[in-house]
Amino acid sequence: MYSVADLKKGLKLTLDGDPYIVIAFDFVKPGKGQALYRTKMRNMINGTILDRTYRSGESFEPASLEDRQMEYLYKEGTHYTFMDQQTYEQVVMEEDAMGDAKNYLLENCKVDVLIYGEKAIGVTLPNFVNLRVIQTDPWAKGDTSGNDSKPATVETGYVLRVPPFIEEGELITIDTRNGEYSTRVKG
Amino acid sequence: MFFESERFLEVETPLRIPANAPEEHIEPIRSGDQYLHTSPELCMKRLLCRGHDRIFQICHCWRGEERGRRHIPEFTMLEWYRSHSDYEDLMNDCERLLRFIVNTCLSTSTICYESNHIVLNKEFSRVTVRSAFNQYAGTKMEEAVSNGSFDEIMVTHIEPALVRDRPLLLMDYPIEMAALARPKPGDPSVAERFELYAGGLELANGFSELNDPIEQRVRFQMANQNRMKNGLPALPIPEPFLNELAVMPPSAGIALGVDRLVMLLAGVSRIEEVIAFTPEDM
Repeated sequence: MYSVADLKKGLKLTLDGDPYIVIAFDFVKPGKGQALYRTKMRNMINGTILDRTYRSGESFEPASLEDRQMEYLYKEGTHYTFMDQQTYEQVVMEEDAMGDAKNYLLENCKVDVLIYGEKAIGVTLPNFVNLRVIQTDPWAKGDTSGNDSKPATVETGYVLRVPPFIEEGELITIDTRNGEYSTRVKG
Repeated sequence: MFFESERFLEVETPLRIPANAPEEHIEPIRSGDQYLHTSPELCMKRLLCRGHDRIFQICHCWRGEERGRRHIPEFTMLEWYRSHSDYEDLMNDCERLLRFIVNTCLSTSTICYESNHIVLNKEFSRVTVRSAFNQYAGTKMEEAVSNGSFDEIMVTHIEPALVRDRPLLLMDYPIEMAALARPKPGDPSVAERFELYAGGLELANGFSELNDPIEQRVRFQMANQNRMKNGLPALPIPEPFLNELAVMPPSAGIALGVDRLVMLLAGVSRIEEVIAFTPEDM
C-alpha cells in the first residue's frame, strides 16, 4: 500500500478498480490547519482527469502495471490481437485503448503492451516508425499553388501530409508523438 | 531595524524544549527525550509574563512531515509579541513592516508574484473568514467546521478567490481553529486571529493571546484528544507555561515565515529556491 507520503508525479495507483497516474501533486497546509495532498490524476484506460484531495493517514492500492514485449498479430473488427514473445500467450485490445497506435502498427511488428491485471490497456510505441507510402499524387512540376505538402497514405492506411517530392513506394519516417512526417528513408 | 525603530527587544529562547503547545495538526520533531520547538511562542509569552512588553525573535523552527512547494520541515520564523495589545495592533504592524521593507530594500512598491501584481504599501484588504465563506464557498463557515471540510474549502475555494492586488488580512477564524487565541468580545464563536496573505502566499499568522490558563489547558487537552482520534500520539502539556500564563497581561503575538517573505520578494514559487540545503540535499 502507498501512503500520502508516497504521492508524487508519475505514481501509479488503483482507484475504484481503474489504474491512475498522478500528473500533478501539491502539498498544502493552510495556517494551523490539516495537511492536504492535492492531486490531479489521469485514468490510464480512458484518459479521464480526476482532481482529488487526500489527508494524512489515507492509503492507496498501487496499480500493478506491467510493460510486456509483444508482437502485433492481426486486427479483427475493433479488436487488436498481440502475442507475448516468451509465453506465446495472446491478448486482445480494444480499438479505444489503442489510441493513435493503430496508425503505426504493422502485422508482426514488436511493441511494448501495457498490461493492467489481465487487461491490455495501451501500447508504447517507439518515437519514430518507418512506413511505406502506398498512395500519393505525383509531384506536379511547375505547380505554382504554393503548397509545400500533399497528402499521402501509408501501408497502415494512415493519411498524413508529406513534402511534394515523396513518391509512391518510398519509405518514410513518422514521429509517433505528433503523427507528422519526419524524414525520407534513403535506399 | 524595523523592530529596533519600534522599540522591540530582540530575544533568544531555547530551540530544544520539553513540551510544545499540543496542536492537532502540528507534528513536533523529537530531539532525545525532548522536542525541537515548532515555534518560540511559549517561551516568548513567558517573557511577556515577566514584564517584557515588546519582543521579537528570528529563529529556526521544526515541524515534522511538512514538505511541499511552500513547506519545509526546518524553516525560519520571525515572531513578535506585544503586551497590552490585541490583534488590531499586529495587523497595523504588518502594514508598517511591509511599508518599511518597500522603503529600505526595494526600488518599487509593486512586485510581481506568480503573475499577480501586488502593491505592497497600499492599505491592506481586510476580510473576515465568515464573509469569505459566504462569498466564495457556498457553505457557511460553521457548517464547514462541523463537517471537517474547513481546511479543504479554504485551499480550494477561498485562497484562490482572495484579492491579490495588495496584501490581505483574513481575520476572525472559527474558535475551533485557534488553539491559543482569545475569543472575540461580542462574538465568541470566532477568535481574534488573522492570517496575512500576499499574492496568494500565506505569510503570517497572528492573534490576540488567550491568557486564561484554565481555558488554555482545556484546549491543549482537546487537541490531544483529537490527535488520538486521528491515531496520533498525545503530546506533553507545557506545565511551566500554564503556571505563568495567569499573570500574562492582555497580549498579541504573530509568527511570520521568513522564507515565504523572501520567496515573495524574490518572486519564486518553490521554497527550495530560497534555501541552500533542503532535506533532499542532505
